[in-house]
Amino acid sequence: MTASHQASRRQARAGLFFTLPFMVVFTVMLLIPLIYAAYVSLYQSTLVGGVHFSGLANYVQAFTDPLFLSGLARMALFLVIQVPIMLGLALFIALALDSGRVKGAKAVRLLTFMPYAVPGVVATLMWGYLYGDDFGPIAQVTRAIGLGSPHLLSNGNMLGSIMNVVTWEFVGYNMVIMYAALRAIPTELYEAAAIDGAGAIRTALSIKVPNIRSAIMLTVIFSIIGTFQLFNEPSLMRNLNPTAIDNAYTPNFYAYNLAFVNQDVNYAAAIAFALGLFIAIISYIVQLSTSRRGATR
Amino acid sequence: MTSFSRRNLLFAGAGVMSAAALSACSPTAGQAPKGGSTPSSSASTITDAERQKALNTPTNLTFWTWVPNIKDEVALFMKAYPNIKVDVQNVGQGAAHYQKMRTALKAGKGAPDVSQVEFQYVNSFTLTKDLLDLTPYGAASLQSQFVPWTWGQVAFNGGIWSVPQDSGPMGNLFRSDIMSKAGITAGATTWDEYMTQAQTVRSKTSSYISNFAPTQAGVMIALLWQAGSKPFGYDGKQSVKINLTDSVANKVATYWQNMVKQDLVSVDPDFNDAWYQGLAKGKYAGWLTAAWGPVFLQGTVAKTSGKWHAAKLPQWSASDDVTGNWGGSTNAVLTPTQYPIAAYELATWINTNLQSTLMFANTQSLFPTTKDTLSDPGFVDAKSSFFGGQQVNKLFSQISTTVDPSFPWLPFMDYAYSSYNDTVGKAISAKGDLVSGMAAWEKALTTYAKSQGFTVTQ
Repeated sequence: MTASHQASRRQARAGLFFTLPFMVVFTVMLLIPLIYAAYVSLYQSTLVGGVHFSGLANYVQAFTDPLFLSGLARMALFLVIQVPIMLGLALFIALALDSGRVKGAKAVRLLTFMPYAVPGVVATLMWGYLYGDDFGPIAQVTRAIGLGSPHLLSNGNMLGSIMNVVTWEFVGYNMVIMYAALRAIPTELYEAAAIDGAGAIRTALSIKVPNIRSAIMLTVIFSIIGTFQLFNEPSLMRNLNPTAIDNAYTPNFYAYNLAFVNQDVNYAAAIAFALGLFIAIISYIVQLSTSRRGATR
Repeated sequence: MTSFSRRNLLFAGAGVMSAAALSACSPTAGQAPKGGSTPSSSASTITDAERQKALNTPTNLTFWTWVPNIKDEVALFMKAYPNIKVDVQNVGQGAAHYQKMRTALKAGKGAPDVSQVEFQYVNSFTLTKDLLDLTPYGAASLQSQFVPWTWGQVAFNGGIWSVPQDSGPMGNLFRSDIMSKAGITAGATTWDEYMTQAQTVRSKTSSYISNFAPTQAGVMIALLWQAGSKPFGYDGKQSVKINLTDSVANKVATYWQNMVKQDLVSVDPDFNDAWYQGLAKGKYAGWLTAAWGPVFLQGTVAKTSGKWHAAKLPQWSASDDVTGNWGGSTNAVLTPTQYPIAAYELATWINTNLQSTLMFANTQSLFPTTKDTLSDPGFVDAKSSFFGGQQVNKLFSQISTTVDPSFPWLPFMDYAYSSYNDTVGKAISAKGDLVSGMAAWEKALTTYAKSQGFTVTQ
């Protein structure tokens, strides 16, 4: 009895020891800054007059701030259009690779994943060049065949162009998550399906997809977070057409500009927290609705 | 779904990650604005004995600047004053530099002794009382050495806040090969003539006479400056002036609205790849730019060497000879410095000693702000092969004397530039109504100024 008691205490101590490095970094780099940001967000500051405590006034302002709300709305649009396309593509490729009918599957897997390994900054610069109106290869080709320049960086097309960059970057990443889940499905299920006379497509839709639901949900949640936090792409694309991307183009970009252009760190902290809250709520709703549906089945 | 609940924490954490990232650079909340640390201009002047003592005491200074190879000028200073050691640090250019400066200043430690500050941002640092008034250190005696308008940019509201280093009086650079195809041999003397030339270039060549970048507030401001508009002002306390809708500003906005609407100038964003290519491939037959433009072009579109020509900016009336300024910077001493005398000597010495200023002008191609540099034969008489043998420095030295000496700024130009993009910039890129764009800019600035506690006059 005492021996096992001692052993469990030793185990607890070992556990503590092993998680300590993480907990230290987590506390110093995330927890303390978060608490500090929350504290800062409760104050208001002006260039003339200094700083004063304002309670939740920054948050009231945030949720009625047309710039913040327009950024959220833009990202909601982004979410509704881009995420289904990206995850649909990722699922399609994952299923195709898993079916074993693709020649050079390893190469395809690697190539699809490769854009994810390209830093977002580099990817955006590269796409910026490809999109270019006068000297970009896409516009040169369309002009050569008489279609005129597609103006991919114009104010109206910018959001679509950014969607394309993000899709290109993250299809492979999501594909890998789905593919890994597919490989973990017990082969007995396939044998049973085959005995029941299911073809490849039937197997994919009725066995594979339902079995990797939790992996797909994971990619959905990651995509929701990623979308609302969009920052790199718009902030870099801005150099190419600054008028298409205003200061509040995405909520994160808005928070950044508030802090460093408007010099209003307090309100920026409130915006960042409001955004975090919003993402947490959306993610929770999505998760809740799908798990209910799962339960009624 | 159970496998998921463990991740709740994960994504909740990720959701507020941005808040964490922000706060990492945020200053202390609840901090009272600094005050009283700046000696007033009436304070007693530093005596020679004090100066000698400071310069003979071993001192370590920190100097934040993005000017390439400025170590060479600093080395000259250290040779002249061997007891002063200067650590030159490049913490980024423009916005990145100012962010770090503000962060260090608000944190109350880590700020440099001397720092690079562009003309238009001097005010934003006097607002926060972060610049040392240089008057007690003898700065007033330097005035006669500087081109008057550059001095006007650092001496105002009863103090001398910085030392001019380089400037950017505006001129007109163009490709003589493209222009001659349109039968044009000289730069336009008036804006009316410029518009006529623009039409000719447009009809006879495949180029635009120039590009009018939608988000280059600096150029719009320089054009307003030339026209005699005074859109901004700051009294050093709580009152700012914002007026972008008076008759002069209207005249400038209407002119460019016509140019843009008639497709006589392109409206591409500048300083990106497509724009560099546009310059190299002759999409733009010219560039209305500052005195630093010639050397900049030489570095970026070297293949077009010999084809360029420099001229004065077109005028609103043929009898005028005025221009505005775009770019240029100063060296300021920051209030937290422990060695104000040595810091002051560094800031003034490298920017007034002829050997040092000529090195800036000839090696780093900073356009000078001191009179003796601008009349030095080695600088002025240099012939530029990129400009077909033209004495470009001589031209711009002359142009520099025609800048309107008084052009005040707002104490929040970072916001002003960025809101320009969302107002006037949008109007330009949509080839729309620039006059309304200017009104929208004025409104945005006024709203911001009021929200920041300023009183606003027109």
